Amino acid sequence: MATLLKIWPLMGRRILGNPAACLACKSARTASGSSDQPEVELFVNDIPVSVPPGTTVLQACAEVGVQIPRFCYHDRLSIAGNCRMCLVEVEKSAKPVASCAMPVMKGMRVKTDSEIARKAREGVMEFLLMNHPLDCPICDQGGECDLQDQSMVFGSDRSRFVDMDHEGKRAVEDKDIGPLVKTIMTRCIQCTRCVRFANEIAGVEEIGTTGRGSDMQIGTYVEKLFGSELSGNIIDICPVGALTSKPYAFTARPWENRKTESIDVMDALGSNIIVATREGSVIRILPRLHEDINEEWLSDRSRFAYDGLKRQRLVSPMVKDASGTLVSCEWEDAFFTILDRLTGVTGSEIAAIAGGHADAESLIVLKDLLNRLGSEALCTEEIFPMDAAGTDLRSNYLLNTQISGIEEAEVVLLVGTNPRYEAPLLNARIRKSWLHNDLTVGVIGPQLDLTYEYDHLGDSTKVLQELAAGTHPFNKVLSSTKRAMIIVGSAVLQRADGGAIHAAMSTLAQNHRVKSGCDESWRVLNVLQRVASQVAALDLGYKAGVQVVRDNPPKVLYLLGADEQTVTKADLPSDCFVVYQGCHGDAGASMADVVLPGAAYTEKVGTYVNTEGRAQQTQVAVTPPGMAREDWKIIRALSEIVGQTLPYDNLNEVRRRLAQMSPNLTRYGDVEEANYFKQAEELAKSVKSSLASDALTPPQLSLKDFYMVDSISRASQTMAHCVAAVTKAEAK
Amino acid sequence: MLSSAVKFAVSATSRTIRCLHGSAAVCSDKLFVHRDTPENNASLTFEFSAENKKRADLIIGHYPKGHQAAATIPLLDIAQRQSGGWLPISAMNYVADLLKMPRIRIYEVATFYTMFNREPVGKYRVQVCSTTPCVLGGCGCGVIIDALKQKLGINVGETTKDKMFSLGEVECLGACVNAPVVSINDSYYEDLTPKDIDVIIDELKAGKVPKAGPRSGRFTAEPASGLTTLTEPPKPAGFGVRKDL
Repeated sequence: MATLLKIWPLMGRRILGNPAACLACKSARTASGSSDQPEVELFVNDIPVSVPPGTTVLQACAEVGVQIPRFCYHDRLSIAGNCRMCLVEVEKSAKPVASCAMPVMKGMRVKTDSEIARKAREGVMEFLLMNHPLDCPICDQGGECDLQDQSMVFGSDRSRFVDMDHEGKRAVEDKDIGPLVKTIMTRCIQCTRCVRFANEIAGVEEIGTTGRGSDMQIGTYVEKLFGSELSGNIIDICPVGALTSKPYAFTARPWENRKTESIDVMDALGSNIIVATREGSVIRILPRLHEDINEEWLSDRSRFAYDGLKRQRLVSPMVKDASGTLVSCEWEDAFFTILDRLTGVTGSEIAAIAGGHADAESLIVLKDLLNRLGSEALCTEEIFPMDAAGTDLRSNYLLNTQISGIEEAEVVLLVGTNPRYEAPLLNARIRKSWLHNDLTVGVIGPQLDLTYEYDHLGDSTKVLQELAAGTHPFNKVLSSTKRAMIIVGSAVLQRADGGAIHAAMSTLAQNHRVKSGCDESWRVLNVLQRVASQVAALDLGYKAGVQVVRDNPPKVLYLLGADEQTVTKADLPSDCFVVYQGCHGDAGASMADVVLPGAAYTEKVGTYVNTEGRAQQTQVAVTPPGMAREDWKIIRALSEIVGQTLPYDNLNEVRRRLAQMSPNLTRYGDVEEANYFKQAEELAKSVKSSLASDALTPPQLSLKDFYMVDSISRASQTMAHCVAAVTKAEAK
Repeated sequence: MLSSAVKFAVSATSRTIRCLHGSAAVCSDKLFVHRDTPENNASLTFEFSAENKKRADLIIGHYPKGHQAAATIPLLDIAQRQSGGWLPISAMNYVADLLKMPRIRIYEVATFYTMFNREPVGKYRVQVCSTTPCVLGGCGCGVIIDALKQKLGINVGETTKDKMFSLGEVECLGACVNAPVVSINDSYYEDLTPKDIDVIIDELKAGKVPKAGPRSGRFTAEPASGLTTLTEPPKPAGFGVRKDL
């Protein structure tokens, strides 16, 4: 309880400083080692170690490689100190000390493996196990359970448990908190990690501890959906099997899984993931640590939409027969059908549209093929204003300050974006910075619950004009700092007046850079993309938006995973021949004359550039189903059939071609920074369109809109359950 | 032959019996999750009366801006008094919204403190102290509980059919000198005997307010056998101080 009272004032951060936030702030600072105070020397098992003041004993022990067992302590959460598992002996201290909450003191002599420390841990473990069911054989956490592992190492080798009828064991009823997280609350050891995660990271204060003493339980008190877009993370941080994954329930043991380190493509952040597979199918997706992108979290869509990879899949090539139905066929048949239609068609009558999941390899191969056929009409589904500098300058379409830059920022202005659902982990960063670094947030757009407080500047484009002209009250806030960020949502740039919006923000950003005298390396203008392929496509010279296709209706249209219905049959001439290549039978395939089954992101090695401009690659976790193949290989094979054989036969050669086009695409892990803000701003002055009067509204407004955005998540049953659950909760 | 069988049985038993004993954990009779009932669900409305609203504003005003959460417990108490001695979920939600706190934070407080009743209770909440001094002092709380059970016709933890009395056992009420002690709503009745219980309950039933305090005739917590010290009137101010000061 005391802990929770400590946590809750986080809400009141804006008004007065509060201990919890300061504490977290301090630990963040000490972690980065930027403290000016002299270091404190202490001894861990007689090994001297110097750490900045304010470090905890547990962290100091980690410095010398001594791992202290813990349940409630978590690096990224506030300190609770209630599990007592981290007890160590400190010389001249009367009692064992909870190392997670104890700040280091000069000359402290810590013993982590003494008789007292061992006995203390064994005792704590015994108490924890007293009310913990011995149902490891049917528990999903088995094999990756902190309690299981630590009881093996630190627990007693025999039991004093005599209550074979289970009369004395505590039993707690399970809670229904939604279709993603399964709860078996009897297993809970009240570490409160999930409570702290919900309060601090997710910003959805719906989980708490009710009751007291041995009756204390974790829950929502009233039956309630845990309505967070980050809810899956409480499964990872739960040290026992109390919170487990509902879709993954009773599927596999962790040691049976094959793990592949890969990249997520469900949003434009490129979160690092581990794809666990077994018997040729993806059975779960977990986050992988990347401090600059997703830390150790993952959004629910990225984590749970994997069941969509097994549904609605295109497993063999298909050709439309005389009656208009798509019929499965061999690869050759499909290719020769395409060849038939391509003969006699001039290059200018061919066009291609790339969807949100296309990897850079298939994008470059498709571009080369169409260029060889004489077509320049390659575009992406996502629109981006092509006025003025358009996509010629990378700085125009990147999240230039980078995701981790939010932690250094002092003011963030969100324009026409709802980062909570467009990029949940970016939003979590903003919340983190808002909590710990006193970040000021301004929002232009509808008033939404973003999990932090912000200055709402309205949703009209007038605000943009005023800001660009420097007459808006928020300009004062901006001019008070050297570290400001403007994040423009890609959705509002897709409006007819997108160019003008971009120009206004570009001007505001450049004016701010000049006036505030900020560091040359500090970038102000940021664009938050929503799909994984967009940055790579624009880097490769794809045109943003399908206007080209609409203006010059093609005879042959090649859809590379384009499923968002930006171009429909109605937009095309009736004799237009549509080729769809992709992994899911979604909107794109249904309008196609020939379907070529491609691989999903878990089935291919593919390069994706995230919204920051960071190239990363996915790895093959499972083989594509049926006759489906890696996308670039399909296009390469087609090129041979149509007589324009492309000069590469393997991935390395494709990548060499990628590097020729844009070297940053193969510098994996690095962010290729973009500059030329000044030039972009000057060019922006030539933008002809003027701001429309429509409100700046991003497309995803409520949690319901978050779950299904692409062909994979639309095919996912889990995501459908989530939408149903949220709809039901909203109706209440 | 027989003796060896007995010996075997004894040794077998002694092997299975350990010297350590586990006692069943004492669990609360209260639920720590909410269940919708016709009289207690979130769709019912609750609002402070004008008088209570004024009180609440005064209490909130005691705390600096941004720390309104400090008023949680007093506000919940007001809400409990207003709704007849118990705290419906709608009242908790109301307080949460009034203090601009997440609702779960209010639920946490309300479930932690046993004096917040989250289910309907009788008009008079009879709470017998059953901690050691009250078990031992006077006639002992066991007798008092029996008398109450008999008088009210209910068991501990129950409410009479007419919703007048709820009987409960509580831990130390902090009036050990006057054991045994019973608290009825906001009053303490001390130095009780079963006869006093009869009188008190009858008076309550008749709508009167029984006189609170010790029933033995002594003043508050004075010694039962009369004062042993401080028997004379206190000395005036300046007693024993040096003349020249």
